[in-house]
Amino acid sequence: MKILVLTLSAMLTVLVSGTAQAFCGFYVAKADTGLFNRASQVVLVRDGDRTVLTMANDFEGDVEDFAMVIPVPTFIERGQINVTDKALIDHLDAYTAPRLVEYFDPDPCFRYEAMPLTSDGRVAAEDSAAFRQRAKAKGVTIEASYTVGEYDILVLSARESNGLIDWLNDNGYRIPKGAEKVVGSYLKQDMRFFVAKVNLEAQAKSGYTYLRPIQVAYESPKFMLPIRLGTLNAKGAQELYVYALTKTGRVETTNYRTVKLPSNTDVPQFVKTDFAEFYRAMFANQVKQQNRKAVFLEYAWDMAWCDPCAADPLSAKQLRQLGVWWLDAGVDSRIAPGGPQNVFVTRLHVRYDQKTFPEDLVFHETGDRQNFQGRYVVHNPFEGAASCDLGPYQAQLRERREREAQQLANLTGWDIDEIRARIPLLANSKPVDDKPWWATLWD
Amino acid sequence: MNSLTRPFARLRDPRLYQIAVLSSLVTFGVVALDFGIHWQNVLAVLCTALGVQWLGTKACRLPHFDPLSPLITSLSLTLLLRTDLVALAALAAAVAIGSKFLIRINGKHIFNPANVAIVTLMLCFDRAWISSGQWGSAAIGAFALACLGFLVLTRAKRAETTIAFLCAYAGIVFGRALWLGDPLPIPLHQLQNGTLLIFAFFMISDPKTTPDAPFGRVLYGCIVAAVAGFIQFGLYEPHAPVLALILCSPIVPLIDRAFRGDLYRWDMPTGRRGSDRQPAKQTTIPKGVLQ
Repeated sequence: MKILVLTLSAMLTVLVSGTAQAFCGFYVAKADTGLFNRASQVVLVRDGDRTVLTMANDFEGDVEDFAMVIPVPTFIERGQINVTDKALIDHLDAYTAPRLVEYFDPDPCFRYEAMPLTSDGRVAAEDSAAFRQRAKAKGVTIEASYTVGEYDILVLSARESNGLIDWLNDNGYRIPKGAEKVVGSYLKQDMRFFVAKVNLEAQAKSGYTYLRPIQVAYESPKFMLPIRLGTLNAKGAQELYVYALTKTGRVETTNYRTVKLPSNTDVPQFVKTDFAEFYRAMFANQVKQQNRKAVFLEYAWDMAWCDPCAADPLSAKQLRQLGVWWLDAGVDSRIAPGGPQNVFVTRLHVRYDQKTFPEDLVFHETGDRQNFQGRYVVHNPFEGAASCDLGPYQAQLRERREREAQQLANLTGWDIDEIRARIPLLANSKPVDDKPWWATLWD
Repeated sequence: MNSLTRPFARLRDPRLYQIAVLSSLVTFGVVALDFGIHWQNVLAVLCTALGVQWLGTKACRLPHFDPLSPLITSLSLTLLLRTDLVALAALAAAVAIGSKFLIRINGKHIFNPANVAIVTLMLCFDRAWISSGQWGSAAIGAFALACLGFLVLTRAKRAETTIAFLCAYAGIVFGRALWLGDPLPIPLHQLQNGTLLIFAFFMISDPKTTPDAPFGRVLYGCIVAAVAGFIQFGLYEPHAPVLALILCSPIVPLIDRAFRGDLYRWDMPTGRRGSDRQPAKQTTIPKGVLQ
């Protein structure tokens, strides 16, 4: 028996979600440039009241006139903001992604034991007294401004939501309709806003051709993600992946239902070539079945290991870069095989809009350390030279394929006849003759 | 005559309806919502609760062993408390029933048994938690009907606590939304919470741990709601009602002192006043040891 593992990255799974303006905050643009964001990925490192938030986006568009406005629960100092490498999140994505496992049927004519083969910041130039004065006149206090990596960061607090909106308008940003009320609500909840603009000069120096994820470390009892701003002028549903790294156990939402994605299901062979399509259809179908009101658990595992591994677990160094402060800095960067990491990872996937998710996502850490993964299984039939009558094996195979076809139809909502048409032995074949159970009893 | 009326008298016990509703909710949660409740935990909770109740009955020399209250506590714990360790599930049941016999003032136990067990376990062990969002909002309509049905069926004369709590908490949630300028779907969503309804109808409503006088119960419901609102929106702690109830429970004796009322008895849910069915041998039941 041979096992192969295919995985799916978050980016691949959301190609259908289309144009959107997602994120914890919202994008604002000066020109009428196309701002595309197919999916947001957020890493939440949390223990006690401490949080390290890493936000990645696959933003496409002209970065020159682009800014992100993000609400944060506390005042942020320079040292609390960082930029990091996108590869870290890509690795975490690959490690936690739903996976297709492939098995090969053994020779039905022989009996043997199958063996698995597993495969710097500096003060921003715009920090002028006049600039601050103009802002203050609008009821906006620019509490701090920094340059971090390729971003100019402004931490704002405003007395009134109008002040902040006016200030953004005056600085040439287009504000989503309805933002004022949401901003007002956040301000009354003592949230601060930071605006991240791209510093072209710094970006050119950095050598990166894409925008790196921004990280913020803060201390607040609020264990939440503000999603309301992102839904304001979104076209269609938003896609969000949350990777929570915690000490104790699985993370779930307290104000929405967290549902496990169907898993450990046998699916037809052709899913191997159409895994992304299968996953998208299945996810869309599950979202529909839950009335579009659920958050889906896709992975929950102790970071020390995996089975099967879609990608290697993250090393202690990588985890520290993502903000896991409780790991010893002196730990070797390579993971000790099977060694405890004291980090539990939860991958949540949510498709949301203003109607179905009216409130921000609020999380809590549970004590659940049970492992869970989105895992789908393909069985390849035996194709070697047969030294016996393959009749009984073929009959079993036909039954198995019918079962797999029905399971696939249930998961994805695809038409069962179209599925059967793509499966050898089921396509263009009459149903199996139902022999009585005793017909082969005395063979 | 007596033998004929006894079964009917037994049916007046609201705990029977409570057990029926809670069992239906557990079944619905397991079958339709995939709660992931381990049967070993259910068994451990049930056996421990009944066992501790039996021990308490013997130790306090109560006239008879009553399985209904530990059964209700077991169902509440099954619905609300999550743990993947059987030992913690059993410990929760022991704490719940044990507290009933050990922590008493003026003939009443102070804490709702399930409440004290859930909070103790959550505070002391990482591996025990509440899943507030597990009910989702789709099933809330049916859920609310089941809860209201319970009130109607039992003609609960002590529903003031539940009603006062729900009204006051809804007032806080809507008032906050109004102040923040949040749209209506947000407070509505916050109230469409299965755990909140279970708490309101089956935990704070416990007639044995609420004040004896009607006004006292209304006052108590409002105080718990205010504390819950502060914990939820001021301290940003989840599971605020459960925490609020345990913090407020010690004030019940003070409210009882200020507002006198009848001590509740399960076998007389409609109260003594105007009742002609008061058992003649009431004095044989030691004061303060009613289950």
